[in-house]
Amino acid sequence: MLTQIRGMSVIYLLISISIVVAVAFFIAFIVAVKSGQYDDDYTPSVRILFDDEIKKTKNNIIQTTEEKQI
Amino acid sequence: MRIDNCFHCGLDIIEEEQIIFDEKGFCCNGCKTVYEIFSLNDLTCYYDFEKSPGATPLDINGKYDFLDNETIVSKLLEFQENDTAIVSLNIPHIHCSSCIWILENLSRLQNGISTSQVNFPEKTVRVIFNPEKVTLKSIVCLLSLIGYEPYISLENYETGKQNIDRSLTYKLGLAFFCFGNIMLLSFPEYFEIKEFWLDNYRPFFRWLIFALSLPAFFYSASGYYVSAYKSIKSRMLNIDIPIALGIVIFFIRSTFDIIMDYGSGFFDSLTGLIFFMLLGKMFQIKTYSFLSFERDFKSYFPIAITKINENNSEESIPVYDIEKGNRLLIRNQELIPVDGILISDKAEIDYSFVTGEAIPITKKSGDKIFAGGKQIGKVIEMEVLHTISQSYLTQLWSNDVFQKKVEQKHKNITDRISRYFTPILLLIAFLGFGYWIFIDANIAFNVFTAVLIVACPCALALTAPFTMGNVLRILGKQKFYLKNALVIEQLAKVDTIVFDKTGTITTNKKSNISYEGETLSEENLVIVKNVLRASNHPLSRMLYDFLPEMKRIKLEDFEEITGKGIRAKIGDNQIQIGSGDFVLNGYPIKGESDKSEDAIFQTAVHIKINEKYCGKFIFNNQYREGLSALFRDLSHNYQIKVLSGDNEGERSALENLLPKGTELVFNQKPEQKLEFIKKLQEEGKNVMMVGDGLNDSGALAQSNIGISISENVNVFSPACDAILDANEFQKMNYFLKLSKKAITTIKMSFVLSLLYNLVGLSFAVTGNLLPLVAAIIMPLSTITIVSFVTLMSNYYAKNLKK
Repeated sequence: MLTQIRGMSVIYLLISISIVVAVAFFIAFIVAVKSGQYDDDYTPSVRILFDDEIKKTKNNIIQTTEEKQI
Repeated sequence: MRIDNCFHCGLDIIEEEQIIFDEKGFCCNGCKTVYEIFSLNDLTCYYDFEKSPGATPLDINGKYDFLDNETIVSKLLEFQENDTAIVSLNIPHIHCSSCIWILENLSRLQNGISTSQVNFPEKTVRVIFNPEKVTLKSIVCLLSLIGYEPYISLENYETGKQNIDRSLTYKLGLAFFCFGNIMLLSFPEYFEIKEFWLDNYRPFFRWLIFALSLPAFFYSASGYYVSAYKSIKSRMLNIDIPIALGIVIFFIRSTFDIIMDYGSGFFDSLTGLIFFMLLGKMFQIKTYSFLSFERDFKSYFPIAITKINENNSEESIPVYDIEKGNRLLIRNQELIPVDGILISDKAEIDYSFVTGEAIPITKKSGDKIFAGGKQIGKVIEMEVLHTISQSYLTQLWSNDVFQKKVEQKHKNITDRISRYFTPILLLIAFLGFGYWIFIDANIAFNVFTAVLIVACPCALALTAPFTMGNVLRILGKQKFYLKNALVIEQLAKVDTIVFDKTGTITTNKKSNISYEGETLSEENLVIVKNVLRASNHPLSRMLYDFLPEMKRIKLEDFEEITGKGIRAKIGDNQIQIGSGDFVLNGYPIKGESDKSEDAIFQTAVHIKINEKYCGKFIFNNQYREGLSALFRDLSHNYQIKVLSGDNEGERSALENLLPKGTELVFNQKPEQKLEFIKKLQEEGKNVMMVGDGLNDSGALAQSNIGISISENVNVFSPACDAILDANEFQKMNYFLKLSKKAITTIKMSFVLSLLYNLVGLSFAVTGNLLPLVAAIIMPLSTITIVSFVTLMSNYYAKNLKK
């Protein structure tokens, strides 16, 4: 009986940790919003498809997905 | 490789003008130059992302000289230090991934630019550069050179960095965080199994839940308390009162429950409710960030103008610094920013945007010219009479209409319903309380709070945002951009539609020219065309473009008489082209007398060859496609009126085109248009104004709903409630119908949510509302309501006749 109760107190620790983790993610979200990441949700999706280096040959044509009509 | 379309801009290539470069066909030198720049800098990837993404660069000679002025530049910059400066430029041409790519690679084209970042939805590029190495002017010129000319207007002056309001995102994120965690922590309680460990840890769980609900209750829901307080103060019952009341009762009751150890409280439903309602608010806000609905003359006006100093040197000065008596230089296509007197010999001024007059006006030296007109043709000089704030055009903005807040104008449908809802709700709560108080005081308290909790008009409050938000998106896809969701309700209420003529039901793009009189021989046509070629008068230019391509002959004698016409000599032929008075010398034309009234107002160019009158070219307005069909459909349900700043010349043409009973009013000044709308409103009409130019802006602001028609939605449109792409003009009836259906959908969904409330209330008044029941009913009603309104509005959008 006694061991059972002592074993159960670990739940305080577990719940506290889980809340701390959740709060950490929440803070990350706030920081992301504050830095303006959510202001433009379209351009980054296009930008990520560009190659870093500029090719001198134009042989491989990059097909982009259908354009969003604005 | 297809040759018929320009490799750079995609326009059709006229065969004789085609330029072949690097095995690719271009329509003009400008396009070729852009390609050359890109290929020299290894930037031809530009053409890989999108086919023919470019725009032909326009001639910008001298246009951006004002950027040499330090004070103007510093007002445009967002940030400036020794070796770093940041500027955000609005570029209307941004439309595809190629645009993003090339603009973000600007640093490769211009030394001194460190980074550039595109915001696609806003159509802006943010450039960080080193002002010691490169000037703002050279960046702007570079952009113009590659076909991405920035739009710089007075609006950009002194704006600096705007603060973006992100509080709704924070509130929503916080509510979701609280809601999710509370849901997880409440799970053990849902099953309420009498277990040893559960009983042991119950207080810990409950107080943790309580702590988690605090931020949602105090911060996320704060908007509702404020709004409820305001509406009580102004003695109007809006929907936020029962919502705020519900939330507060929810919280008090739940806190009471855990303190007294009666149960776990309703914190899960409480935070869930806050979350869903904020989600609805978020969904309703669909902003078209590349559009602006609040524009006044400022975004139409240039930021600077060329001033001529006393020693004849030229200088760019900000338009706000213009003083009375200054001498200004106005170039081709430049806007006249202030009222003044023309010094140069003559000027052709296009007032179409200000007065609605379609044809440019000729002014002579010494004539008064008004702000807002566009100079066409040669460079002119003028002397300033009034400063910018005292000019005729800008004074329109001091009218009261522009001062009042739009939000105050109408009361929305949810608020109207809640006027009945709130008293009934309170009545039920008190009746339940009154009944139970004689049996058990504890239950009576429970019932009272349970009624207010369960009837909290969550579903009711969600209906409108989700329907409107959805319709807003559907309309936006069809190029009808609304300022906000409230506009839909206003659209549905409209019973009178007032159209502006020039630019709204006619297009500015092309004029329809017809010929009346003796048929001109081929030989005579060649003569006419060649005479016109020498003239710079706008009508001559239009007619010249209209006549077919012909061979060129040398003029022997040419004389242009300002405001009258041209006298010229080719070979042995004497030609006179021009206004009626000038060509006819007062002699009436045969057969003209019977319809002389029309003829007076007509815009026409008369032709006389060798002292013999031939006939006249008449400039008709080109009406939009589908105009008469649209008016016929609209006239079944709406009163239609047409206002015009133009003269009566088109009256008979319009009467033929439009259904009988359409009221036509001509010669309307901007203030008269405003008064016209006001008068209709005083008669109890809900007026929708459809206009396009600055001359309509007063009427657009005064009307219940102002729609501005725009050939190019990115450029200027006056302040309004909605912007409609000119190509979708004929769909207007469909948009109006859809808005009515949106209101029907909302009403149906209100019935549905009332049914839910009845079920919930039956639990509540009998004193049986368990946390678990609340936790089921609440999300269930939310989900069904949201899916119902989405499905219905999509169904209507698809099945209504376009």
